[in-house]
Formats: sequence, structure tokens, C-alpha cells
Amino acid sequence: MTTRTLAVVSAGLSTPSSTRLLADRLTAATVAALRERGEDATVEVVELREHARDLADAFVTGFPNAALRAAVATVTGADAVVAVTPVFTASYSGLFKSFVDVLDDGALTGKPVLLAATAGTARHSLVLEHAMRPLFAYLRAVTVPTAVFAASEDWAGGDGGELSRRIDRAAGELADVVTGRPSSARPADPFADVPSFEDLLRGQA
Amino acid sequence: MQFGVFSVSDLTTDPTTGRTPSEAERIQAIVRIAEKAEEVGLDVFALGEHHNPPFFSSSPTTTLAYVAARTSRLQLSTATTLITTNDPVKIAEDYAMLQHLAGGRVDLMMGRGNTGPVYPWFGQDIREGIPLAVENYALLRRLWTEDVVDWSGRYRTPLQGFTSTPRPLDGVPPFVWHGSIRSPQIAEQAAYYGDGFFSNHIFWPKEHTQRMVEFYRKRYEHHGHGSADQAIVGLGGQVFVRRNSQDAVREFRPYFDNAPVYGHGPSLEEFSRETPLTVGSPQQVIERTLGFRDYVGDYQRQLFLIDHAGLPLKTVLEQLDLLGEEVVPVLRKEFAALKPAHVPDAPTHASLVAARATTPEEVSA
Repeated sequence: MTTRTLAVVSAGLSTPSSTRLLADRLTAATVAALRERGEDATVEVVELREHARDLADAFVTGFPNAALRAAVATVTGADAVVAVTPVFTASYSGLFKSFVDVLDDGALTGKPVLLAATAGTARHSLVLEHAMRPLFAYLRAVTVPTAVFAASEDWAGGDGGELSRRIDRAAGELADVVTGRPSSARPADPFADVPSFEDLLRGQA
Repeated sequence: MQFGVFSVSDLTTDPTTGRTPSEAERIQAIVRIAEKAEEVGLDVFALGEHHNPPFFSSSPTTTLAYVAARTSRLQLSTATTLITTNDPVKIAEDYAMLQHLAGGRVDLMMGRGNTGPVYPWFGQDIREGIPLAVENYALLRRLWTEDVVDWSGRYRTPLQGFTSTPRPLDGVPPFVWHGSIRSPQIAEQAAYYGDGFFSNHIFWPKEHTQRMVEFYRKRYEHHGHGSADQAIVGLGGQVFVRRNSQDAVREFRPYFDNAPVYGHGPSLEEFSRETPLTVGSPQQVIERTLGFRDYVGDYQRQLFLIDHAGLPLKTVLEQLDLLGEEVVPVLRKEFAALKPAHVPDAPTHASLVAARATTPEEVSA
């Protein structure tokens, strides 16, 4: 049985947060969907709150410290990513974007990603389509069609299980993408494909 | 092994007094620092090149020629010479001239420069940084090794029947190092020519240095200049030293906290853990520096950054006293005892002239 790694990025700030709650629901649904398709999964959660100072330091010094490097490696080395942010001021949170900003160019190219967001009301739900999806399109990630939004009212359960159905549909889409591809495509090694110096001299690289 | 200091030539406000040195003061201070480096027994003084405030060193050969006249033994170098935005013809002329005036006590470290606007100010484009470094350096080598050059390329006007003067001293061009924090193409360039590779080794974690040096060594061997452990490696480093470790930390902290490059971010303790920065007693600096060898192998040149972030001249000169009296003599002895006989020293003018005398065909090739 193939074992996939699933990285879960949660930008929730309170403990516990509804963002992490949604992330956990999506994670459990994705693991279940992979099992249905005959594959196992290990889950690694990156709580961005724990890296808030690491991120600020990385902007100032120009390099991620050891703790942040480990978090980045978790995400860039995973077979798939679940990315969940709270909505702040009409977009993903600054903390969420800060993490995206320290990823190397190409780190998420071709990576299957499930997008999700939380907010106080459903009026913010299009943040997923107007902010999150263009960001990941720029990163050349492969986002699954269903992005999952949860407002406070969705946790009341009065919608006849609509949130759960969206979670299961998105998880199924992510599992479909993941099972169709080889395991753990690591980002390109910059030292592995340095052109020969003769090519550099000829201006061909 | 060579030991020395390098300066980025910044004019920074001293955060403990609020006082900013004038350009005039700082320029005189840099000359004093270079003289002092020789007085305390260090081997190398290297100066940066910048074309924007708050830096003063736009014309390193002027400064280095003046230092050459006031010293007798000190090796003069750069940190770095902008191979991208300088005309390689002017580099060939300026540094051959300096080499004559300094009696051969000159080498250079090539760098690309990372200040975006400097490129257009000199008619270039930062996105062309690597191809510029490749083409300009290839031309520079020809200008130093061939008496008459016919050349055409992408980045400067063609040359027909051009002779760069003065010709290098004794027909031997200055030794060249190439510096880069994380571009493997530059390590490849250094390896291809059998030149030295210098790792900044200040602002980034040691893993970057380790990887670049490992790659350079492997490619040096591939290109047939010798075994990987014979490649010529230099490292930067940043230290602040006082006899008592707590005094060093207490005195340096405000400079660290407000430093232009990394200030207002991690604590001094965190940054010391993440990067090669060492703030402490002579013994702590000795131990940390000896540890560099564990991840880059036996290397040829160690330069320390000691005069940035607004540190006053008096403090910098005290740093040089401590380095010269208590740190470097021990490092010299310890590194020498560890280095195998087949690992060469950093090339000097004298060693390059001697090498040419024994194997003329190799040097002229």
C-alpha cells in the first residue's frame, strides 16, 4: 500500500481555532478518501501561529531559521497540502501570506492543494476564489475545484450537513489527484542541474 | 592559512550615542583599520565596492593603493569587485595598476552585487547578473593574459587590437576569488578556472556555505585543477570579542539589535545559533572558528567582519588587538597542525610567479 504524506497548513490564531477545526475535518476526510482508494496517509500539521516570530525574523534576516526551515520542508516535501486561513480584511491573513512568501520559487509547482477558509459570516466566502485561488495559481499549484469555506453559522449544523458534504467532496477531489501521481515529488535541487560552464560561456544557459 | 578583515564600508549611526560618522571620518578610519591589521600581524585587508549611500567605497583601488603605500606586508583584496556593472576593461587596468604599486600584494574577489538600481545606473540589468558575470570575467582574464585582444560579446562594445595597460606585474595576473551566497553557477565558474571560492558565511546558516563549498570542491576536481581538498576556499565570519564573554555580549548587543542587515529581528543569541556570528571571549571565537573546518574542510583564508553597524573606530582597533594577540596566533597554530601537506596555501604573487617558473606551459594555457 502506498503511503502519502499530507501537509496541513493552518493559519488560525486562537487556540483552539475554527480554522484548525476546519483543517482537522478536511484532513480526516482526505485520509479517509485516500483509504477508500487503497492508499495510506501520514499527516503533518504546520500551525503557523507557532512560527509567527520565525516568519518575522526571516523577513529581516533573509533566511528562515531552523524551526521554519523544518515547517517549509514539511510542506514542500508533501504529496498534497491542505491550506486553511482565516479571512482578515478581505483576504487571507497576513500570517498565511508570510508563510507563502518564504517558500522558494517553484516549491509548490504541481503540488495538489485543497484550499479552505473561515470567517465570521458567509459574506467573505468568495475570498477563496478571488484571493486564495489566484495566489496558488501564481505558485503553479494544482488546486482542486472545490474550496471549502466555513462561517460561524456552519458550525451550528443547521444547514442539513452541507459543510460536511463540501468537505467530503473536496477531500475526494484531492485524493483523486494524489492517487494519480507518483509519490513525493520533491522540488528541483538547484545543485543537480547547474549547466556546464561551457554552456554558460556560450550564453546558452 | 591567511587571516584578515573585510569591510563593507557602511556609514552607520552608532546606536549607543546617536552619532553618525562623516564620510571623511569613516574613510580615514578604514585606512587606520587596514594599517592596524598589518601592525597586529594579520595577513589580509579586503574592501567592498558600493555605488549608493550609506556606503563610501565606490573606488576601492584608490583606497587600496593608499593603504599599499602605508603598509609593507599586508595582502590587499576586495569584498567584492562588481564583475557585473564594472567594465571588465577598467577592472583589468585598475587592478593591474594597483598590483604594480602594491608590489604584487593584490588579489580580488568577484561578486555580482545585489542592489537592483545599481545595475541600470551602470547600463545593465540585474536579471542578467549571471551571464554578465560569466562574459565579463572571461574577457577580464583574456585582457590580463593576452597582450593584444580581439573580442566581441553581448554586454560591451567590441575590442579590436586592444592592449590593457599596464600589463600585470611579472606577467602574472592577480589571483581571483569568486564570492556568492547561493548561486551554484558562480561556484562552477570558480571551479572551471581553478580560481578561489569565497563564501560570505555571515548572514546565512552554515548549511548554505557547506553546500556551496562542497559543490565547488567537487567541480574543481572535475575540471582537473587538483583533488577536491586542494581547491582554494575562503570564508567570511563575524566576531565581537572581549576578554570576558559577558562584556562582549553586553557591549555588542545594541549594535546587533540595530544593525542594518539583520537588526530588529532575531535576538543576538538566536542569530549566533543560526549563523556563524560569534560574540564572546577569545577562546569562544577560537573554538567556533576551528569548527568551520568541520564543514568546509581545510581552507585557505579567513576574513572577519569587525567594523560595521556603527561600531566606533576605537572599538574596532581594540578588536584588532584582541584578534592579533589572542585569537589569530592560536588559530594559525591549530589550523596548521590539522592541515595535510598536500593542501596548498592561498596563492600569492610570489607563489604564482614561482609556479609559472616551474610549469610555464600550464600557466600560459
